[in-house]
Amino acid sequence: MNVEQVQNTHPELVSAETPVLQVQNLEVTYYTDAGRAKALDDLSFSLKAGEKLGIVGESGSGKSTLALAMMQMIKSPGRIEGGQVYVDGTELMALNAEDMRRSRLQKIAYIPQGAMNSLNPVMRIGAQMVDAVISHVENESKAETKERCMLALESVDLARGTFKMFPHELSGGMKQRVCIAIGILLQPQVIIADEPTSALDVVTQRQVMETIDRVRKKINAAVILIGHDMGLMAQFVDKVAVMYAGRLVEVSTVRQMFTDPQQPYSKALINCLPNLDNKGVFQGIPGLAPSLLRLPGGCAFHPRCELARDICKTSRPEPQSDKSGRSVICHLFDKEAQNEPSS
Amino acid sequence: MSHLLELRNVSKVYSRGLISKQSTTALQDFSLTLREDEPSILTVAGESGSGKTTLAMLLLGFIAPTTGQIIYRGKDISTLRGSEKLAFRREVQAVFQDPFAVFNPFYTVDHLLSVPIKKFKLAKSRAEARDKMDEALTAVGLRPEDIIGRFPHQLSGGQRQRINVARALLLKPRLLIADEPVSMVDASLRASILETLRNLQRDHGVSIIYITHDLTTAYHIAKSIIVLYRGAVMETGEVEAVIKHPQHPYTRLLIDSIPWPNLDQRWGEQKIITRESSGAGNGCPFFSRCAQANEQCKNPAPLFSIAPHQAAACFLHSNKPELEAAQISETLPT
Repeated sequence: MNVEQVQNTHPELVSAETPVLQVQNLEVTYYTDAGRAKALDDLSFSLKAGEKLGIVGESGSGKSTLALAMMQMIKSPGRIEGGQVYVDGTELMALNAEDMRRSRLQKIAYIPQGAMNSLNPVMRIGAQMVDAVISHVENESKAETKERCMLALESVDLARGTFKMFPHELSGGMKQRVCIAIGILLQPQVIIADEPTSALDVVTQRQVMETIDRVRKKINAAVILIGHDMGLMAQFVDKVAVMYAGRLVEVSTVRQMFTDPQQPYSKALINCLPNLDNKGVFQGIPGLAPSLLRLPGGCAFHPRCELARDICKTSRPEPQSDKSGRSVICHLFDKEAQNEPSS
Repeated sequence: MSHLLELRNVSKVYSRGLISKQSTTALQDFSLTLREDEPSILTVAGESGSGKTTLAMLLLGFIAPTTGQIIYRGKDISTLRGSEKLAFRREVQAVFQDPFAVFNPFYTVDHLLSVPIKKFKLAKSRAEARDKMDEALTAVGLRPEDIIGRFPHQLSGGQRQRINVARALLLKPRLLIADEPVSMVDASLRASILETLRNLQRDHGVSIIYITHDLTTAYHIAKSIIVLYRGAVMETGEVEAVIKHPQHPYTRLLIDSIPWPNLDQRWGEQKIITRESSGAGNGCPFFSRCAQANEQCKNPAPLFSIAPHQAAACFLHSNKPELEAAQISETLPT
């Protein structure tokens, strides 16, 4: 791992106003036989306590890689090439393996995609929860640990009796809530939920999302929701980040995103959502997501972009921010920003 | 016979346990008629455990109904033999939920297309088979030269799902059962798959039964809808009316839970009552979760006709005329 700055804590970062999570210049590359694939390309963002960020993008855009990189769970042939992840002032990239293991679940929890299938079918729910506590907390009595698990189950609306049940006795939505309960056992400051509802129907989805929201308020954690459903984002998050080919092409508040999206890709993502006004109109995004092994030159989106100009094919756009904290990667956006003061 | 498919009072009960029998009714007294002359798209909607997939399996002849009959073009499908069975297998096709699981990773994707051609002897020569494959792939918006000879892992989920549709199209079916065809595909690719399905109905005259829990896509693709809950019909009718003015509390809950991509249309305030694992007895299956339930709901609710093209199985509408279970098809516009 390439860690240049070895700074474990930044006391000056810890205050009410400063973000609880800060990701700076994160880069991940997969070294495959077919070549190098840059899955995360110089990615930065920050999140305050209690804030909800949604990360959307097509499959293969690097959403799950981002979650894994923050947890330092990238496996070979992938490598974290650089960048820092600060959680509550602690630089995770500088921790050794044992300290990082302790930080997972305690500082930053990860609810993986299809988490409900990650429960061990031959262990009772309680035993799996106790396992997680024992490996992170020392000197806690058995009774205290059990009580901690019970409270976690209650906070996700499950009966205390669930503690003694096996996974096959629970429905999909209940299993998913067990996984959320495990995620919040140690009251982490950051919770990353990777498509927590992709296999669930709409009613259960709403139930699970409401559970996550209630838990977030209770422990004042920052939540990162990864998914591809813009509708769910509109209902749940405060800020939306759109990911394309390993870069965050637009980060803005949910209101800005839905009323006035700037990046053509975010516009297309919003336009392809069905609503009740345009029955029978199907609007997809033309073309396919590019392979990370052979990214097009210039802006990676230009072959699919309706508004592409010559500059988009040759020059790679850099992130531009405006006063509201919105960040956009697009040549068209900086044109507008430049024109505005003069006109 | 002008009926393509007829279900007569079909029920499916799964029982388990050796000594004390426990049974789950996956589908209860379900009747439906699809007309042969007018191909249409019918949505069957409901949450997990509502009996949607059981219905698909019954229609495909994979499982037999516990009671009732499924009649395909005048013949009970359980009595089909030999060439009739083969014809049924060819004319009723399916597209399944998971575009990743239906491919054998050891074969190129042509395998999925060439096997049915061989099996049903659709082509006399290799060149003709290739032409048929090209034609089917083009019809679903894929470029044959990009697809033929590739392995499944080289294609995206959306491409794979469209190959499944192409396979179904190749056999010139009369009925396509699409069981959650877009739930595992990216939102940006959903539109193109749904459009492919709709073209299939419009241009190739295929009737489609679209099974889903996603009412937004149902609204866009289908003309009529049947809402199921725990194997019982809750509401049926024209998709426009049912989704814009739902009459059954369960349909309201479903529509209330759609995450609309609209900041001013928030998830409803209606509290979700967790469902009890035990059955609801003989009454309305939604009884234990319904906020408006009363004593009357402990009896089974018949369908009440609310409008010519809308009916709901709920006592809230008991002042309206009652419908027989067999009359469901009359509420569905074609």
